[in-house]
Amino acid sequence: MVKYIGKRIIYMFITMFLIATATFFLMQTLPGSPIASYSKLNDTQKAIVEKKYGIDKPTPVQYAIYMKNLAKGDLGTSFAFKGKSVNDLLASRIKPSFILGAQAMVFGTIIGILLGMLAALRQNTFWDYGSTFLAILGTSIPSFVFAALLQYYVASQWHLLPVGLWNDGWKSSILPSLALAMGPLALSARFIRTEMIEVMSSDYITLAKAKGANKFEIAFKHAFRNALIPLVTVLGPVAAGLVTGSLVVEKIFAIPGIGEQFVSSIMVNDFATIMGTTLFFSAFLIVVIFIVDILYGVIDPRIRLAGGKS
Amino acid sequence: MQKDYEQLPQDKFKRITLNSDHAERIAKPSLSFWQDAWLRLRKNKGAVVSLVVLVLMIILALVGPHLNGHDGTTQNLRHANLPPKMQGIENLGVMDGVGNLGGKKIDLYEMKKVDEYYWFGTDGLGRDLFTRLWQGTQISLLIAFVAAMIDLVIGVIYGGVSGYFGGRTDDIMQRIVEILIGIPTLIVVILMLMIMEPGIKAIIIAISITGWIGMSRIVRAQILKFKNQEFVLAARTLGTNDKKIMSKHLMPNVLGIIIINTMFTIPNAIFFEAFLSFIGIGLQPPNASLGTLINDGYKVMEHQPYVLLFPAIVISVLMIAFNLIGDGLRDALDPKMKD
Repeated sequence: MVKYIGKRIIYMFITMFLIATATFFLMQTLPGSPIASYSKLNDTQKAIVEKKYGIDKPTPVQYAIYMKNLAKGDLGTSFAFKGKSVNDLLASRIKPSFILGAQAMVFGTIIGILLGMLAALRQNTFWDYGSTFLAILGTSIPSFVFAALLQYYVASQWHLLPVGLWNDGWKSSILPSLALAMGPLALSARFIRTEMIEVMSSDYITLAKAKGANKFEIAFKHAFRNALIPLVTVLGPVAAGLVTGSLVVEKIFAIPGIGEQFVSSIMVNDFATIMGTTLFFSAFLIVVIFIVDILYGVIDPRIRLAGGKS
Repeated sequence: MQKDYEQLPQDKFKRITLNSDHAERIAKPSLSFWQDAWLRLRKNKGAVVSLVVLVLMIILALVGPHLNGHDGTTQNLRHANLPPKMQGIENLGVMDGVGNLGGKKIDLYEMKKVDEYYWFGTDGLGRDLFTRLWQGTQISLLIAFVAAMIDLVIGVIYGGVSGYFGGRTDDIMQRIVEILIGIPTLIVVILMLMIMEPGIKAIIIAISITGWIGMSRIVRAQILKFKNQEFVLAARTLGTNDKKIMSKHLMPNVLGIIIINTMFTIPNAIFFEAFLSFIGIGLQPPNASLGTLINDGYKVMEHQPYVLLFPAIVISVLMIAFNLIGDGLRDALDPKMKD
């Protein structure tokens, strides 16, 4: 187990190193310059600006400096937001993204689990078809289409909730969270349904039935717990989906989060911010997948991690 | 008891003798794997309906742009921002050319003296949205199919070689995959698109650059399962070479799973294309794809919701159809596999 975790951590560092390196060199080949918008400057002024941001040096030197700073956790200085460090920028924007992600995750998973259970226990009834249909819609309809429709109908036609921005407290987080929640909801509903159906036909459920346990007790005490374990594995895809979704949903609802900032920094060629956000997203997803793999082995002793002797 | 039995009329019964030849007779025609799968798929209503819908969509994407005599790139500012109007349906109160103007409902076709019909309306530059929608669908489907094919070819070859040869080859190839799989798809796709000339080619390359990994892992696992079975041993004993064992003996066994996986890659590629175009780094105007159309529609959603509505419906229906067919195929081709 320890050996396995050690190996995984080494892989995580290699992956991060590769991503950092690849991102850096890709940014160097990017057409356009982050100071293109300073077109009014003359050559001397340009040189001063380039010097200030360290982009006058040859690429290998820049790379060495970047990697050295990165090792210290310093992501550099943003070009677009004058003088602000990327670290500060990310820190100031993480809260809305985190709140949206967490709300979407909690809401989506809980509703998804309930729907999945309902579908499995009432197999081939209206409830089953209804929740399966909802799950198909959730996996199929892109989050930005759903977000745009929500914004159009709920916010701007029926005036029930704010159209966007992050200035109306909890109310302004409802629609974007809903838009993001469709993914986790659909995934967990489908997953729980398959798992529950399988678990319900296993021997220990038959035994519980034979002993006369009531239906409710069987479903929740015996079956549900075991059906829940594999749900941990969908956390990885769900996290990836939330990050992808946050880029568009935050753009649609004009939420000052990391996703919105990433999209806008792409538009203005803000190298440092693009690199910083890329690394941040990558690190987040890599860590989530790592935790999922470890967690899976820990909570379900039946699973043996590859190569590990636990 | 004995008595009751004797009361039964004897002539109602006839002794038959079992012919042992008949016992071995196969009553049903023997079906190949694919016939069997087709039978199972046909029973799946969702998949069959989706298949029909998908075929209709593809036909519409191909012929749609030529259906109403408008072309999708001609700009005609006099005809800008017209709401949908369709012959026949216009009498029902929907798609009758009535749109909002300064808060009032008004027949914009009458006001602007336009005699033509724009089935799905026009955009701010007066381009026919019906034509553009199907042109966009065409591009989106093209991107998705090509990306899925590239994933398939690279994934199958990589996974096949890695699984079949095993040993050191497998070790090295799998180390590479283990590192690549850690890199989030989204990040790679966005970075690739930023450095390439925007266009269809760039999107296809960006989507397939890491897309093949999933396929390669699935193929490798399957090859590992099959390569030590007797039929492979038999083929090898008879002197069949590696290439032929892989293509003639192993591939047919793995084909089912490859098809299932491809059916899920396609909607994924459609989504990514639309996603990228929506955040503005995908296809660039005047090209249309479902993503750019949704993006255009989103910008004017407040006043001309129909610009958003039609591409949103098309992309959702396409995605639902592909997902349902994928689910159906999975149940049909591999009844044991779940999720």
